[in-house]
Amino acid sequence: MGSKPASLAHTTLASTLVPPLTNTNNIIMLDNLTILIDAPVFIVDLLVNGILIGAIFVLAAYGMALVWGVMNIINVAQGEYVMLGGFVTLLVVKAGLHPLWGIPIAACVLFILGLILYRLILYRVVDRDIFISLLATFGISILLAQLINQLFGADVQTIDPGLGTWHFMDGMVTVSVTKVIAFSLALGLGLCLWFFLKHARIGQAIRATAQNAQAARILGIDTHRVYAITYGINAALCGTAGSLVIMAWAVHPYMGLPYTVRSFMVVIVAGLGNLPGVVLAGLGLGAAENFAGFIAGTEFQIAFVFLLMIAILIWRNRALKRQRRYLK
Amino acid sequence: MKTQYSLLLYLSLLLVSLAAPLLLPDYRTQLALLWVMVVFALTWDIMGGQMGYNSFGNILFFGVGMYACAVIQRDSGLSYFPALYLGIAAGGIVALLLALIIGNGLLGLRGHYFAIGTLGLGVAAGEIAGGWDYIGAGSGMTPPLFPGELSVRDTFFYYAFFVWATITFFTLRWLYQGRFGLAINAIRDNEDKAEAMGLHTTRYKIAAWSITAFFLGVTGAAMGNLIGFIDPKDVAFAGSTYGVWMILMAIAGGKGTLWGPVIGAVLFHITQELFWTLLLGWQRVALGLLIIIIVLFFPQGILGWIRERFSKRRQSEQPTLAHTTPPRSEQQEQST
Repeated sequence: MGSKPASLAHTTLASTLVPPLTNTNNIIMLDNLTILIDAPVFIVDLLVNGILIGAIFVLAAYGMALVWGVMNIINVAQGEYVMLGGFVTLLVVKAGLHPLWGIPIAACVLFILGLILYRLILYRVVDRDIFISLLATFGISILLAQLINQLFGADVQTIDPGLGTWHFMDGMVTVSVTKVIAFSLALGLGLCLWFFLKHARIGQAIRATAQNAQAARILGIDTHRVYAITYGINAALCGTAGSLVIMAWAVHPYMGLPYTVRSFMVVIVAGLGNLPGVVLAGLGLGAAENFAGFIAGTEFQIAFVFLLMIAILIWRNRALKRQRRYLK
Repeated sequence: MKTQYSLLLYLSLLLVSLAAPLLLPDYRTQLALLWVMVVFALTWDIMGGQMGYNSFGNILFFGVGMYACAVIQRDSGLSYFPALYLGIAAGGIVALLLALIIGNGLLGLRGHYFAIGTLGLGVAAGEIAGGWDYIGAGSGMTPPLFPGELSVRDTFFYYAFFVWATITFFTLRWLYQGRFGLAINAIRDNEDKAEAMGLHTTRYKIAAWSITAFFLGVTGAAMGNLIGFIDPKDVAFAGSTYGVWMILMAIAGGKGTLWGPVIGAVLFHITQELFWTLLLGWQRVALGLLIIIIVLFFPQGILGWIRERFSKRRQSEQPTLAHTTPPRSEQQEQST
């Protein structure tokens, strides 16, 4: 949903450029494909914007990979934390601060929320059957979405950070500065995360717990503290992403699930414990989605995301099936 | 002796069910929905409880059935009842065919991959339906009006859904008693071993998936006419309401049992209706909380809890097995 305004802008811009005779005897859906062939500069525009969108997916996917790898939980509430990050930024702006302040504040608020939710709920499911944790986080996701809907209403909320846009190639390629900030922040945070896991004391404890929680416990690591911090970091990363989403596009209470699915997809493509892979897969997904949204129409963009996930799952599973194995 | 008791139970349930719309005429729609919920929970339990494949996207078949029926009713040109019956049959068949087509690829996935994959399928269906002009896109579809009064309509659908829930229940009972039940339980307990023993696991999985789809498709087809309006995301492919509720009801009652989903559905539906009237506006928040509470504190469900206590007493002479194996839900339910 988040990228709707961006892609809508393309469609309107494109429709002014297309001569009406291309509409005859064509399948309406593929009209935009001919635009791409006629005006290849759009490909550059879609690609650049798609990759910049992908940076935000990368942020949420870092968190998903971390929680999945360390706690063996697939956090279905991932997208709702993104959404909450957006709404925290909205409050920050309403309080009179510059939207960019929303990024650190959303991260801090979501970190604390992550700790609280771990203490209240995830703490009880972390060692149990994966189905239980899946359903519990699904419950959290519904709870948060409905809560925000009740408090803020179902309207689409957006913020204009007033950072302007850059134009390239005679104004055919537009890039908003917010997206560039999002992109650099995603890569920078990825580096920070890698450094933190590698060298910080608690980061090392997180990796130890991921490898073998029981052994880590025997060696004196407080695994529940590690889990809590992991979950908090995940929520903070999502909060950062959400803060960028509301500035670059828009947020609304029910936008969560597509973000969850995107981060899940990025992680299964990249594989667990593969940070560079997460970056590449996330950016690739952003570009693919932008192209699909442009060609098939924005109303099918979310459907594309979900169908792509199923296709990837089945494809990866098929590849393993030849060796009589399956996705684990 | 035991058969006499169960006969008595079935008879009294039959009497209560037949009399319910006459005793509570104001709640006919809610009572009809109760049977829909029973079908939801029962069909979810085929895959989730008996076979160990936790699907989050069964709502797909419900929605597909609903749309198939509405399209038949719109385009067939028949009068109300023939079109309705044709549409209901079409709803079931279309859902069944869809399950057969997608089953082969999707059922190769296991565990949480299957869960997330099916979740994605349900949402994708809602999004596609919301963008497809042939079936009304985002503004949805309206099935033709019932020829007759509103109270007659509600009574008609109450009995229709009652009959359908009964058929579902006894079909599943019959299936679980036979080879099919044993096979899908074997898949739940250990799929690789079941396959090594010569069981055609894929065939059984697709069969179970198709049965689920057929019953849900028919339910969806009739449900569209009861509600009177088909919205792609809030009614037909309502993943965050019906889609989760079916899982929750089966769990609350005790998954992997025959009666568990029925009990869970009845209790859940009553709770849900109470929330709706008591917590104006906040009912959906409360439902989210209810999901978390049930999952955290009652994952084995009512029947599972009873069985656990019962079998503990019975197994007190041989306690080794119960204590050394990790408390995984699949292993406790083997006795079903």
